[in-house]
Amino acid sequence: MLTPLEIEALQISLQVAGTALLIIMVPGIAMAWLLARHEFVGKSLLDGIVHLPLVLPPVVVGYLLLVVMGRRGVVGGWLYEHLGLSLPFTWQGAALAGGVMAFPLLVRAVRLSLEAVDPRLEAAARTLGASRLRVFFTITLPLAIPGLVTGAVLAFARALSEFGATITFASNIPGETRTLPLALYSLIQTPGMEDAAARLCVISIVVAMISLVASEWLARRTRRRMAGRDRG
Amino acid sequence: MLELCLQHRQGDFDVDVDITAPGQGVTALFGHSGSGKTTLLRMLAGLDRPDSGRIALNDRTFVDTDRRTFVPPHQRRLGVVFQEARLFPHYRVRSNLTYARRITRGVAFDRVVELLGIEALLDRMPGALSGGEARRVAIGRALLAEPDMLLMDEPLTGLDGARKQELLNYIVRLTREIDLPILFVSHDPEELMAVAEQLVVLDRGRVIASDSMETLLLRGDMAPWLGGFEASSLLHGQVRAHDHHYHATRVTLADGQRLTLPLLECPEGGDVRVRVRRRDVAIALSHQGDSSFRNQLEAVIVSMTPGATGTLEVTLALGDQQLQSRVTLEAGEALGLRPGLAVVALIRSVSLAG
Repeated sequence: MLTPLEIEALQISLQVAGTALLIIMVPGIAMAWLLARHEFVGKSLLDGIVHLPLVLPPVVVGYLLLVVMGRRGVVGGWLYEHLGLSLPFTWQGAALAGGVMAFPLLVRAVRLSLEAVDPRLEAAARTLGASRLRVFFTITLPLAIPGLVTGAVLAFARALSEFGATITFASNIPGETRTLPLALYSLIQTPGMEDAAARLCVISIVVAMISLVASEWLARRTRRRMAGRDRG
Repeated sequence: MLELCLQHRQGDFDVDVDITAPGQGVTALFGHSGSGKTTLLRMLAGLDRPDSGRIALNDRTFVDTDRRTFVPPHQRRLGVVFQEARLFPHYRVRSNLTYARRITRGVAFDRVVELLGIEALLDRMPGALSGGEARRVAIGRALLAEPDMLLMDEPLTGLDGARKQELLNYIVRLTREIDLPILFVSHDPEELMAVAEQLVVLDRGRVIASDSMETLLLRGDMAPWLGGFEASSLLHGQVRAHDHHYHATRVTLADGQRLTLPLLECPEGGDVRVRVRRRDVAIALSHQGDSSFRNQLEAVIVSMTPGATGTLEVTLALGDQQLQSRVTLEAGEALGLRPGLAVVALIRSVSLAG
């Protein structure tokens, strides 16, 4: 049904987007919590920096990643020297690029749902002997799950559709960093491959739809549990 | 012993109090909304910090601004029942009850569940509970944290008449059966009549009065504050017998005299607190054999003060308990009432205080 090339692109895409999500999940939640529940000097600046990937041209983000994470970059150089890790032109690099681009979407969604958690419930938990940490993991985070799911799906979809930063930082290497959008781009560039391009386009739409439906189903299930109708 | 000595600037007024309350029984903080009573409760619970002062319970200092002591709320071992139930919506009732992890099963758990009548609710989600049920679960959750003191912030607010009375009955039962000091915050005199032993009256952040409930009820200058009580006296007694034929309960007062109430649901031999409205007490010089007043108590006049125009407020002693009566100035003079005179108090109706 799918050609080997299509399967390869789909596999790389899911692998890259999934890894991107894994990379940013914990920092994203921590950042959202910081912005939602704390007041500090420089908060607006930090908020702005977090949102930069949303408004910057993706190529700029890819370029900045090369500068910082490349083998001669500040962080990349250290990684290469000490761990032998090189990110540019690898699928891990593509995941990092996708993660960076998806980060603001995750933070936004999680922050909104954290802000919606009633601080009075957290106070009640504190009077029941729970430390701040226990309150976060037993009250705040579980109550923010619907927003967390939405944010994760948005971030996953964003990482899946990443093009500009990926092609700049990780290039378009078949079997390594050629994700669905990059494969589609390559096909469009090749004369006579219109049909194959259309097939990839359909695949992209199907994958995106599946993740949207899944997120809606998860969010509804969580809401139903809390409304007390679920007996399972 | 509970000590609340603190100063705090809040909104448009200062809270400045020095309260010492016994570390047992039910102490009520009473005042209109905005009197600072909830502020005090929040500071005791550790949810707010006072600008300066000291808060301590039984030798455990929670706050001492001079020594920079501040015990975080989760280490204070105080159970708090808030105005809203504040149940965790993502946990079943059972998990809400055991959230504090101190008691998760066994006799104590079963006892609290039984005391609050919440057996049938254990497997429900909080979203499926009624207002009254949710409050009861919230009380159980606080009790199962095995606190050193239970703080209740207007726990009956927002419930309608019948639900309110039902929950009040549960709370009264709790105060009788569980040996735990309780701080009860309320603006409703009816609730206080039912549960409070000690009363602290607050107004705009200051303590107006602090004493036992009975004493404050007898103080004339408290009338504007406790006016909502409909000027009543409280008498302690013991249930002697139930009379199902006449639908009555016979109660023996501390000084041995007997009182008849409409049938109560109290075990025989149990202690009760009954409430007698001032306007329901008339005074006679001798027992009235041919009268419909069935409750006639021998008493001695302690004091008489002029009340509203044309009336006399008479304080009567029944052993060491006191009872208030209001008579007209004309009747007072006709009967020759004076302090020290032995009289008979005719009581039209008596009700259970809680």
